Amino acid sequence: MEFDLAQIFDPMSLLKCFIVGGLICVIGQILIDKTKLTPARILVIFVTTGAVLGGLGVYQYIVDFAGSGATVPLTGFGYNLAKGAIEGARQSGLIGVFTGGVKACAGGIAAAVFFGYIASLISKPKMKKQ
Amino acid sequence: MDNKQKYQQYVDKKSPNSPILKNCFFAFVIGGLICTIGQVIANICKWRGCDTATSGTIVSIILIGISAFLTGLNIFNKIGKIAGAGSLVPITGFANSIVSPAMEYKSEGYVMGVGGKMFTVSGPVLVFGISASILVGLVFLIFNTQSITLV
Amino acid sequence: MKKLGSQTIQFDSPPTILECASIVGPKEAQGPLAKYFDKTLDDEFWGEKTWEKAESKIIKETVNTVISKSGVPLNQVDCCFAGDLLNQCISSSFGLRELNIPFFGIFGACSTFVEALTLGSICAESFANNVLCATSSHFCSAEKQFRFPLELGNQRPPTSQWTVTGSGAALLTKSGSGPFVTTVTPGKIVDMGIKDANNMGAAMAPAFVNTVIAHFTDTGRSPNYYDAIISGDLGHIGKDIAVDIFRSQGYNVKSNYNDCGILIFDKKSQDTHSGGSGCGCCASVFSGYLFKELKEHKLKKILLVATGALMNSMSAQQGETIPSIAHAISIEV
Repeated sequence: MEFDLAQIFDPMSLLKCFIVGGLICVIGQILIDKTKLTPARILVIFVTTGAVLGGLGVYQYIVDFAGSGATVPLTGFGYNLAKGAIEGARQSGLIGVFTGGVKACAGGIAAAVFFGYIASLISKPKMKKQ
Repeated sequence: MDNKQKYQQYVDKKSPNSPILKNCFFAFVIGGLICTIGQVIANICKWRGCDTATSGTIVSIILIGISAFLTGLNIFNKIGKIAGAGSLVPITGFANSIVSPAMEYKSEGYVMGVGGKMFTVSGPVLVFGISASILVGLVFLIFNTQSITLV
Repeated sequence: MKKLGSQTIQFDSPPTILECASIVGPKEAQGPLAKYFDKTLDDEFWGEKTWEKAESKIIKETVNTVISKSGVPLNQVDCCFAGDLLNQCISSSFGLRELNIPFFGIFGACSTFVEALTLGSICAESFANNVLCATSSHFCSAEKQFRFPLELGNQRPPTSQWTVTGSGAALLTKSGSGPFVTTVTPGKIVDMGIKDANNMGAAMAPAFVNTVIAHFTDTGRSPNYYDAIISGDLGHIGKDIAVDIFRSQGYNVKSNYNDCGILIFDKKSQDTHSGGSGCGCCASVFSGYLFKELKEHKLKKILLVATGALMNSMSAQQGETIPSIAHAISIEV
């Protein structure tokens, strides 16, 4: 199989992704600077907004347009959870509502927990030089 | 400055604001770049024939892995200082907020320190994210539609 | 010892500050006062496994240094006042547990050093021949307890202050040749309703002004009686606010007023935002820098006013305002 550079570095998809992803981060930055919300609160706002917009079906359009520009920010995490829950509800009803969301994001959550533990095993926090 | 309200107003005026334009610029560029790296990985996955959901998961795992690695090397906080929301809002920020307390509380032991404190910053994300998703699922189950969905 | 006015205590035979010692961390060692400290550390662990242990070691070694510099045998030290920022003051009590002299652990947030000197002076005036006062703080242990994990990639707002890694210790003695602690003005708790834990200078400035004006009223002195009025750690923003409040009350302090949190770091090159803070800030700046200036008679009369924000991370989460305090002592040669 030959490496298809044109597909992998498709400039249009990358540009759309860059701009949308950047803009979502700018919204977060404005929230941080203007409201003095702590990082945890910002993350909660983003994931909840993503889940609600995902549930309403609105976020799907942003995902279709920007790809990773919409799924990599935490709103995408919320969107994935909501999408999974709806998928689960379609397939197996009430049980699916509970299992679907986490199932869709299981990879990310498991990776974060695992890598977090590994990182804490091998390295020590250092003082910020700045 | 005799009453608290006036003092608060005076303090707000006196305290310097964050350099919001500069912060937004770096948040945009670095946040955009992180998403673009994700897109490149997703494109590679697609080229190898993965479906959208699988490639999304692969993107998440790789970005989380990179973020955890950089946090362990004491580099992520330096990026975060410049990027602000640019590295916080993407999934890298979620990973950083799990890895950093895990490292910090290592001195309290592996069970109650690392294990117990791992979610002190990011726990709310899972609580609210999963709860919201279950509510969304229940609403879908009851009304059998994504209310204003056009899909 | 007699009381002046509403708050101030004047000593009949003022205790002498016999000797001081200070040890600071690597960031402080890059600051403008580096050459004044007894010892500067290359890393914030100092060979220990945790930051808490490192902080205990810092205060322990500072106390050992002041004892050996003073030449006073340990069994002639009558009591010790010490404190720090960590929960239940573990740095000072763990660090000084092998000291084997009567120990009082005290807490006044960043005002602890002057609180210790105040109580120590009162003891020295009455029963004690030698009293030890020491405080410490550590950037990493304070961040861990009050804010976020160090490796979290967050931005510090421009109003935030940088907790000093360091410790200062002073040995007070009943009879000596100065510098003398002539008066002390213990402060009242002042709360002007500031809630932002990242803007402690603004929370503490009113308490500072309140104590200093009480001191002037009680003693009949004016700001220009002193060569220097030094606040504990209001930082750049708190200092500006304090100058404004003084002006609105009819006092001009601008020419001889400075702040330990400003003195210890270089704002431009060290990126410490509003300046230094923590129990170790006022303690190390006084023990390292100001005490030497007094010894060499470059400064003859100073008013040292340490300020403290009496909050913890739980009260901040519960949306409480920040009660603040400032204690003043006048030191003259």
